Amino acid sequence: MKGYVHSTESFGTVDGPGVRFVVFVQGCPMRCLYCHNPDTWEMNTGNQMDTDEIIAAYKRNEMFYANGGGLTVTGGEPLMQVDFVTELFQKAKEKNIHTCLDTSGIAYNENNTDFIAKLDKLMEVTDLIMLDIKHIDPEQHKILASQPNDQILKFAEYTATKNVPLWIRHVVVPNLTDKEEDLFKLGYFIGGLSNLKALDVLPYHTMGKPKYEKLGKEYPLKDTPAMDKNKAIELKQFILKGIKQRRSENS
Amino acid sequence: MRPEWKDFVGGAWEKEVNVRDFIQKNYEVYEGDEAFLAGPTQNTKDLWDMVMDLTKKEREAGGVLDMDTKVVSTITSHGAGYLDKAKETIVGFQTDKPFKRSMQPYGGIRMAMKACEDNGYEVDPEVVEFFTTHRKTHNAGVFDAYTPEMRACRSSHVITGLPDAYGRGRIIGDYRRVALYGIDRLIEDKEAQKAGTPEIMTPEVMRDREEYSEQIKALKELAKLAEIYGCDISKPASNVQEAIQAVYFGYLAAVKEQNGAAMSLGRTSTFLDVYAQRDLKNGTFTEEQIQEFVDHFIMKLRCVKFARTPEYNSIFAGDPVWVTESLGGVGVDGRPLVTKMSFRYLHTLENLGAAPEPNLTVLWSTRLPLAWKKYCAKMSIISSSIQYENDDLMRVTHGDDYAIACCVSSMRVGKEMQFFGARANLAKCLLYAINGGVDEVSKKQVGPKYRPLEGDVLDFDDVWAKYKDMMKWLTGVYAQSLNIIHYMHDKYCYERLQMSLHDAHVRRYFATGIAGLSVVADSLSAIKYAKVTAVRDEDGIVVDYNVEGDFPKYGNDDDRVDEIAQMVLSTFMGFLRQQYTYRDSFPTCSVLTITSNVTYGKATGNTPDGRKKGQPFAPGANPLHGRDTHGAVASLSSVAKLPFMDAQDGISNTFTIIPGALGKEDQVFAGDIELDLNN
Repeated sequence: MKGYVHSTESFGTVDGPGVRFVVFVQGCPMRCLYCHNPDTWEMNTGNQMDTDEIIAAYKRNEMFYANGGGLTVTGGEPLMQVDFVTELFQKAKEKNIHTCLDTSGIAYNENNTDFIAKLDKLMEVTDLIMLDIKHIDPEQHKILASQPNDQILKFAEYTATKNVPLWIRHVVVPNLTDKEEDLFKLGYFIGGLSNLKALDVLPYHTMGKPKYEKLGKEYPLKDTPAMDKNKAIELKQFILKGIKQRRSENS
Repeated sequence: MRPEWKDFVGGAWEKEVNVRDFIQKNYEVYEGDEAFLAGPTQNTKDLWDMVMDLTKKEREAGGVLDMDTKVVSTITSHGAGYLDKAKETIVGFQTDKPFKRSMQPYGGIRMAMKACEDNGYEVDPEVVEFFTTHRKTHNAGVFDAYTPEMRACRSSHVITGLPDAYGRGRIIGDYRRVALYGIDRLIEDKEAQKAGTPEIMTPEVMRDREEYSEQIKALKELAKLAEIYGCDISKPASNVQEAIQAVYFGYLAAVKEQNGAAMSLGRTSTFLDVYAQRDLKNGTFTEEQIQEFVDHFIMKLRCVKFARTPEYNSIFAGDPVWVTESLGGVGVDGRPLVTKMSFRYLHTLENLGAAPEPNLTVLWSTRLPLAWKKYCAKMSIISSSIQYENDDLMRVTHGDDYAIACCVSSMRVGKEMQFFGARANLAKCLLYAINGGVDEVSKKQVGPKYRPLEGDVLDFDDVWAKYKDMMKWLTGVYAQSLNIIHYMHDKYCYERLQMSLHDAHVRRYFATGIAGLSVVADSLSAIKYAKVTAVRDEDGIVVDYNVEGDFPKYGNDDDRVDEIAQMVLSTFMGFLRQQYTYRDSFPTCSVLTITSNVTYGKATGNTPDGRKKGQPFAPGANPLHGRDTHGAVASLSSVAKLPFMDAQDGISNTFTIIPGALGKEDQVFAGDIELDLNN
């Protein structure tokens, strides 16, 4: 099966454990203000790549990924091409390749039984999910990502029922996602997820800016400075506090 | 057994000069971590402050602090020099004081004069007169023998960087022999070699006998050099301090006699660890003392300096000595050759701070101890000063007692040497093929007047056929130029001290090199997969190219173009193997312009891949800047496909990455969530 692929990266070191072969799929319904891959937004365009072709590219240099690394699909939004990703991961698992799904969860819809059935199949061949929760507050989430977050949070809970290991990623942006109260709430929410394995707090950077210029798009956060790394470490503590609170209530 | 060898495990090494056997019988693998290491002593700090102060003064003086203009450097030419005699545990400088550069005219008097002039000094007229009238130099010999064609190739830079006016370097004396055996024994050994030559006096036999005599003289001078510093190295070293000092005297004698294009040290750490282990067990020295010896040794290596010209420095980008020391690796029996001394060497990067020299090179194997791998990674992060080379690849050909000369040239220590051969500019050669031997920059007929490109659109089969013809011609001129160079170097600037620390019969590599591989691969790929049209000047010479359409680019793990790169390399090596090579040397090739890619690019016109005239080539076997778009693994894979057997002198890939792209910082990424909850 073929899917729309923006590009591949043979040396991914920040998209999951170890050294990874990373597939950036094309197409995403979210329009996050700080998105650093605006060139992957448009749907149904770009290169078409076959799942076999991707597995073959992975296998060529497998020795680089064998020691604790694997295959990551990110984007764009992988779940917009759920059939393609499922087939890719199925083939990967046949070859014993560690699979990681990096998603925003936006495609989830608890009422769409067809989609849930497909997702069930994908979960069987997914070793790790990295879920990027942009904002815990519904209103703020809409402003930041152009979409509501209710189904995203439902998706998180869904992954817990499937018991697929989960890493939560959260980008801290000055003035947008750095409020103590929101961070605590986020922590409180993810503290309830039994499959939560790690928390990755990413300081906002401005490296996506030139891409906007190249695409002739205006960069929405042009006046927002990058987040200080040490500040990000401090902010992480508020999320951890929320997690602890939730876990102490549950235990 | 000799008293100096007490407690060592005996073996073949007692009866014959065989350092590897000594190491294998005696070394202890160290699988632990760096916790045992000792920091710098006060003396080390004081001495290093003095070196830093001199470095500052040297920089302020414009790059050179002092030069000898009167005394021709020999092993015993100068009196003792010190930073602070009372504090130095390892002694010896190239001249009578630190940072004073020696004068070495045997490679070429003109180069020696220019090196002085460019730095505001003047060589004593008597010395100039002597080396122009009475004693011929290597450089003068070479130019007496060069053909007009060789000179033309040299001026057009289709062959560049030839060691015809300076010392060729790239020879590693087995300096460990000085420590293990002492000079008396080494002289005995050389006397026996001389006595054992064939009886019929062919030119080869006479040359060998003369060389053995020179080697013996050099060994005697080496013993005198030690005496100048109040040391006796006629007998074997009896402890680790003496062993380090003896190894250093051997190396020092080499750099006093030769201003070579790379003066590498070898593979000394595991050898020296045998002494250190014995001293620790016997209580002779403490860990702190041993580290101090190592720190002082490394400090001395950092102070090795040569008189060089700005042109030389632009070819080699800076003023490198290439004091390469090879660390680690794995033995043929599977035991890692990592010892505590390997750690101590790397630890100097902390005790003295980071520095490019000595060029500490880790021979990397998947089977190295984990603690060592981690320590190497840690020190790389701290210092950015460690070079890595593939031991698993080289061990197959060289066994487990080879070392790296310069940056990638591997050779078995004391058993192999090489004739350094600079580079053929294969990108320029492609342009010669297109223009029928006319140089695209000077418009002169440099190469043979072969049929040039006809028509406007470049056809792959046609260009490839022309390219092979032109490459065959270039390989011939190149190899024969090198034959002249190395004949003359042996004759007028023979490395008698370094060769005295080799076996009687050494294997010699005829080490050629190529530049511009990725430019050629992409150019041929463009011709094959896109449409390339020639643009001619008023004289009908092709000076530019229009490229329409996309084409596979080297550096993306794409076999279509990677196979072209392999084909170019293999074709070149094939032609080289057809050439006569001086002293039965074994032809090899390197793809390793680490910095001179800029210089080569300057001399080369527009190329069919879209690269513009004067733009730098990629360093070594790297893809051209910005053309690798699929990430590091894909880029490295293209390079890794080049066959080592056709580039046995080494393949280099210069790899730069921002730290953030190598993974997360521990502090930002929490890792397993449970761990945090315990805080």
